[in-house]
Amino acid sequence: MDASLPAHMRPERSFQGFILALQRFWAEQGCVILQPYDMEMGAGTFHPATTLRALGPKPWNAAYVQPSRRPKDGRYGENPNRMQHYYQFQVIMKPSPPNLQELYLKSLAAIGIDSAVHDIRFVEDDWESPTLGAWGLGWECWCDGMEVSQFTYFQQVAGFECAPVAGELTYGLERLAMYVQGVDRVYDLNFNGRDGDAKVTYGDVFLQAEQEYSRHNFEYADTAMLFEQFKMAEAACKKYLDAGWREGGNKKQHLMALPAYDQCIKASHVFNLLDARGVISVTERQSYILRVRELAKACGEAWIHTEAGGAA
Amino acid sequence: MPDLLLELFSEEIPARMQAKAADDLRRLVTDKLVAEGLVYEGAKAFATPRRLALTVHGIPARQPDLKTERRGPKVGAPDAAVQGFLKATGLKSLDEAKIQRDPKGDFYIGLIEKPGRDAIDVLAEILPVIIRTFPWPKSMRWGARSGKPGALNWVRPLHAITATFGLETEEPDVVKFEVDGIESGQTTYGHRFLAPAAISVRRFEDYEAKLLDAKVVLDPERRKDAILTDAKQLAFAQGFELVEDQNLLDEVAGLVEWPVVLMGSFEPEFLTTPGEVVRATIRNNQKCFVVRDPKTGKLANKFILVANIEATDGGNTIVAGNERVIRARLSDAKFFYETDLKTKLEERLPKFEQIVFHEKLGTQAERIRRIERLATDIAPEVGADVAKTKRAAHLAKADLLTEVVGEFPEVQGLMGKYYALAQGEDASVAAACEEHYKPQGPTDRVPTDPVSVAVALADKIDTLVGFWAIDEKPTGSKDPYALRRAALGVIRLIAENALRLSLMKVAASALAGLSVTPADASKLPSDLLAFFADRLKVQLREQGARHDLVDAVFALGGQDDLLMIVRRVEALGKFLESDDGKNLLAGTKRASNILAIEEKKDKRTFDGAPDAALYGLAEEKALAKAIGEVKTEASAAVVKEDFAAAMSAMAKLRPPVDAFFDKVRVNDDDAKVRENRLKLLNEIRSATRAVADFSKIQD
Repeated sequence: MDASLPAHMRPERSFQGFILALQRFWAEQGCVILQPYDMEMGAGTFHPATTLRALGPKPWNAAYVQPSRRPKDGRYGENPNRMQHYYQFQVIMKPSPPNLQELYLKSLAAIGIDSAVHDIRFVEDDWESPTLGAWGLGWECWCDGMEVSQFTYFQQVAGFECAPVAGELTYGLERLAMYVQGVDRVYDLNFNGRDGDAKVTYGDVFLQAEQEYSRHNFEYADTAMLFEQFKMAEAACKKYLDAGWREGGNKKQHLMALPAYDQCIKASHVFNLLDARGVISVTERQSYILRVRELAKACGEAWIHTEAGGAA
Repeated sequence: MPDLLLELFSEEIPARMQAKAADDLRRLVTDKLVAEGLVYEGAKAFATPRRLALTVHGIPARQPDLKTERRGPKVGAPDAAVQGFLKATGLKSLDEAKIQRDPKGDFYIGLIEKPGRDAIDVLAEILPVIIRTFPWPKSMRWGARSGKPGALNWVRPLHAITATFGLETEEPDVVKFEVDGIESGQTTYGHRFLAPAAISVRRFEDYEAKLLDAKVVLDPERRKDAILTDAKQLAFAQGFELVEDQNLLDEVAGLVEWPVVLMGSFEPEFLTTPGEVVRATIRNNQKCFVVRDPKTGKLANKFILVANIEATDGGNTIVAGNERVIRARLSDAKFFYETDLKTKLEERLPKFEQIVFHEKLGTQAERIRRIERLATDIAPEVGADVAKTKRAAHLAKADLLTEVVGEFPEVQGLMGKYYALAQGEDASVAAACEEHYKPQGPTDRVPTDPVSVAVALADKIDTLVGFWAIDEKPTGSKDPYALRRAALGVIRLIAENALRLSLMKVAASALAGLSVTPADASKLPSDLLAFFADRLKVQLREQGARHDLVDAVFALGGQDDLLMIVRRVEALGKFLESDDGKNLLAGTKRASNILAIEEKKDKRTFDGAPDAALYGLAEEKALAKAIGEVKTEASAAVVKEDFAAAMSAMAKLRPPVDAFFDKVRVNDDDAKVRENRLKLLNEIRSATRAVADFSKIQD
């Protein structure tokens, strides 16, 4: 931890200070610090900086906060730690550096988790995303019995082998911050690190939103519109993919992988909303997941034929 | 003789894979050594979360020299053949070959001497191959090299390889090899947090000791012992008793290199949730042990955790952290339980219409209706109240849709019982919600309440008949729907409750309730019966009984009453242990053998009653008389299901059979007498069939 920080910026006192400490740590490891992707998504992994950049031979090191939307997890603000909107901090390093575990442990130290008094453990957890056609091996990282991060070596993304393999770290920010700040209810987190009247809590910022969105997600989200949006996003994704292929010299190139992938993200989120509304039956559920996966795979295929995807 | 030390140091290996990996490493290395002619004295393998280690001691320093003879071409063969022979054997000229004569002519023989290689060189060759092809259940690539073809696959990134070979008295050599950029050496590392520095090791003895200094207990058994001892002591010191849990112990020993046992507590009000749920919460999610009050047997509001570090604050932070998580988890569990209680079990049932049990066997709702119908059919046969059975079958699966079971599948059934009791169901109905899953294996308790028994049988028989109907029978080691276990469950339910049930009838009834019609529906019940016979044999074999007796009883045909089969087998087993039994078996076999030979000779059978007028000898008459009496007596006993009495009747056959063989020549010169005697022999065989087909019994 940086001793020169003013009290209100210290990771154990302020949620924003906590995020900044992580960003700073990973910036020092050579990561580009991105800002959140401007679309609704279920996890930081969906960000093209992870999903697409994990594919292809080019090195890539990035870190960013990604707001994650899980419509089904909404609890109208009544559950102490379950929300339909929360933050993930995502780190991706390709190829995975040999000391990634050590870097991760140092990042914990940077946010005030001292391995001399905390019991930090790497417990088997294989990661798989059926919608992204992706899987990897790794662990959930435990701190004193609490899962605080996900650590994964990507083996496959969008149906393609990762070569080289990227290492991905995902921190559940609220949960970690609650632990570091010693609060039991997420809405009690000190957001800005100030005291008295100047103090802003997580609840001040997000409680109303949790209530409103829970209402929306479970009761009012317009399902007819959403079914339509799913179809539109799916069609648009395929359209852009079809339109993006070029024959350049003796090899194929793709010129619109990113816009097409946006539509895949869109379809995935719309599906999550429909799922929360309970209008998708068990059997249909599987077929929707497959449809999103087909889009993700086609986007991955397009991506590896772009410049950043390694087609140079 | 020299020893080998091998250590593969990696990132955290999943706990569940460690024991098998250690065993595989030992097996693969030692098998290969033996195949290379290096017979070792002993080997032992170990695993921790971060390393697999192997010590093999007493390996010869060199392979033995190998001398082999190779037969070459005939003397005077064309030059091409001679040149090929010289090349293959490495001989300079034919002068170095011997000539050997055999019936086909004179041949050149080349003697090839292959000098043994140094064991260390052999090791340097075999170890990298074993590492590259190691049978991890799941493995991965990592790092920059993963971009290239042929990159190493390991369970998690492999960081260092220690490989030394040498005598105890000397400085050992490094077995030099390289795998995917990792060079073997003699440097390993201590505990991740407590002693992370590099350690230079020579051989197993100092390796194990230095690791211990560096806060790594290499041997998983030692870690388990330490955890168990400390946990028991910690519980005892506070007046509690550890709830032992072998699987959990195995797992936590695989999560730590330096076990430190600590105790935490939670609010007593969480104990209003059923103890099984509290335990499942603490065990599954947190991998902690629970403790109980030795006087009441009830759980206490304490838990025991196993940390991987000696914390500088004595573990206070770790305990506090774990307490927070456990509190949150128990609070969730309590909430789930209380939420579940608000919905009646039957109100959950409509949801099953949406849940597919198996693509070809319909929804869970359909399955529940089938079980309900079948259980109602079975109820009167097993003395169960029909209305209660129907109700129990109706509700038995409903807890699958509760929050608690969704979270902890292992408390399925048990929660059904709690929720059924809470909504005022009859005690038998509630018990059946739990017990209809039983017995789960050969040692699990068998329910005795008739309502539970009826639902348990219906559940299992519906499963068996259903999967039989869609031809998803177990094959070899594959039994994805646990059908063998279901069949064994049926056998135990019937045998241990002494139930009379026609399996053919029940199977036919279950089949009628299915929406699919299998191609060979008429064959299905008997096919299934043969499967039960197989399971019964396996079970008897495991109990040390003779499984051939099952064949002997099944061979009678028409046997579908498991209880009667078991009883017959038991009586037969006892009978065959007696002298009368043994001798009668021998006599019957002798009769069968003679008959088989003569039937073959004459190309006919000797069925039909013998003619009393043709009996010439007293022994013939005595035997005929005995057979008549025994047949009547044994059949009457069988009708009364008194198999012991049937066997005692059989025993009376022994003296006349013995006397017959002693005094009577079967193959009499008079063809008519011979035929009559053969018919009499046939009668022995048929008399014994009142209890079993003796020809299927092995000696």
